Amino acid sequence: MAAEPNAAPVRPVDSTNHGLRVVVAWLVLSVIATPLVAIYVGPHIPPGNGSVQAQGQTFSNQVMTAFVTPVLCLMAVFFVYGLWKFHANRNSAILDGPPIRNDARIQLLWVVITSVMVLFLAGFGTYELLKDGAGGGQGPNPIALPAGHENAFQVQVIGQQWQFTYRYPSLGGMESNQLVLPENRLVALHVTSLDVVHSFWAVELGVKADANPGVDNVAYVNTKGPLSFHVRCAELCGLWHGYMFNNGSVVPPAQFKSWAAHAVALYASIKPFANRPPDKGGAPFAYSYLPEPTRRAG
Amino acid sequence: MRVGVKLLLVAAAVTAAGVVIGFYVSNLTTLAGSPAYSLPFQSVNGHPVVDLEFQTVAAIGPKLSQNPDWVSYVIHTTNGWKRETVWNLPANATVHVTWFNFDGASGLRNPYLARPQGIVGNHVLVDSKPANAIDPDDASHTFAVPALGIIVAAPGVADDAKNQCGFAPCPLSNAHRTIRFTFHTTAPGHYRWQCFVPCAAGWVFGFGGPMQTIGYMDGFLNVKT
Repeated sequence: MAAEPNAAPVRPVDSTNHGLRVVVAWLVLSVIATPLVAIYVGPHIPPGNGSVQAQGQTFSNQVMTAFVTPVLCLMAVFFVYGLWKFHANRNSAILDGPPIRNDARIQLLWVVITSVMVLFLAGFGTYELLKDGAGGGQGPNPIALPAGHENAFQVQVIGQQWQFTYRYPSLGGMESNQLVLPENRLVALHVTSLDVVHSFWAVELGVKADANPGVDNVAYVNTKGPLSFHVRCAELCGLWHGYMFNNGSVVPPAQFKSWAAHAVALYASIKPFANRPPDKGGAPFAYSYLPEPTRRAG
Repeated sequence: MRVGVKLLLVAAAVTAAGVVIGFYVSNLTTLAGSPAYSLPFQSVNGHPVVDLEFQTVAAIGPKLSQNPDWVSYVIHTTNGWKRETVWNLPANATVHVTWFNFDGASGLRNPYLARPQGIVGNHVLVDSKPANAIDPDDASHTFAVPALGIIVAAPGVADDAKNQCGFAPCPLSNAHRTIRFTFHTTAPGHYRWQCFVPCAAGWVFGFGGPMQTIGYMDGFLNVKT
């Protein structure tokens, strides 16, 4: 029977097993790429090993990057193979492909594999998060308490438009615009704000916690050896958000003691004012502050 | 036109638009079109010395701004008082500051910022009297350059003071407080400065309008070689 004159041309049947080719190429690429990524790229993923929590985050990033490498390889192989094998030649007629029919085996395999991966990553992430808090803000009642949290060194982080300052309750409520921490100590950072929402991000320490007005957001970090780290605000907070950064440092105990003595001496001139009751314009140490609206504001 | 050429043109147009937007945002968040005033300096033993004189006023007035009721800094230039807050300063210079504050007190949200710091001797002269702290509740404005560690607060004019200034520029015959201090510029750089007192009358928490607009209560020190 002759073909109808207006019928669309149909691509001739292709007996090549493209699926097998893609799978083989993907397996080969994944077997090569995954260990390379895990061994050579993983350790260089931020935040590094500036603290126990930062080290944990780097490990988590390493595991997850290794996990997604085969997925990325599959996409890359599929894309490149498709471009190479199925692209239309110049001046060739546009041909319709064979109809796509469902395949229960592929569908089942897809659901099982992706479910296993997502569930594993969810379990892994939850375990890493609960182990020691992973440097994240946990609110006023933390549930992921690291060992020895009862004796953690307390430091308060105060955000305001547009600078972070730091108070040390164990040093008489001394406040400084420098964040200095002793080495090899568990530190409890109490993050709060005096105005809008900020986010305290001590990059190399692997600490990030929102600074909300009236809230004591606690994040734990185990410092390691001497370190200079960057502090940035990670929440868009107004005109100078991009300039809301400074540096902090982790120092040996003797150096910390010397710095603390100097900072306490400098603070002495403002301490009598700061220790007045809030309704007299003071701000004695507290885990959060709600300054009265100022006389001219709002 | 071939599809490839079309794609190339679209990509080029998107890239060009991105670059233009980037420059615009960069300009907006750094200088915002504000003119930069280069402060004259003397050379003393090869060391640059600058006299910086500015005033803070409760209302800038119609002569210097289209927002006459906004609180503002005003700098003394060789052409008189100007509302310019981007200042060019030499690197490694000594800067003697004279600050005339004609505004009343608003109070600081954080008392710590009432302690002068980052300046020579960590103290200021308030109406010729040395002070290493002012009452945070009496703070009217601050001059702060966080990247240089500089914070200086100025006390306000008493609410019942006579002969208060209406609009800038304010003559010294109006009620005012005089604050003097000295600081050193360091390496060349682009350092923002700001007021920490929530002093923007009529704005939510006192932190809108002039507090969020370069040319009023914020600016830059462009430290150059």
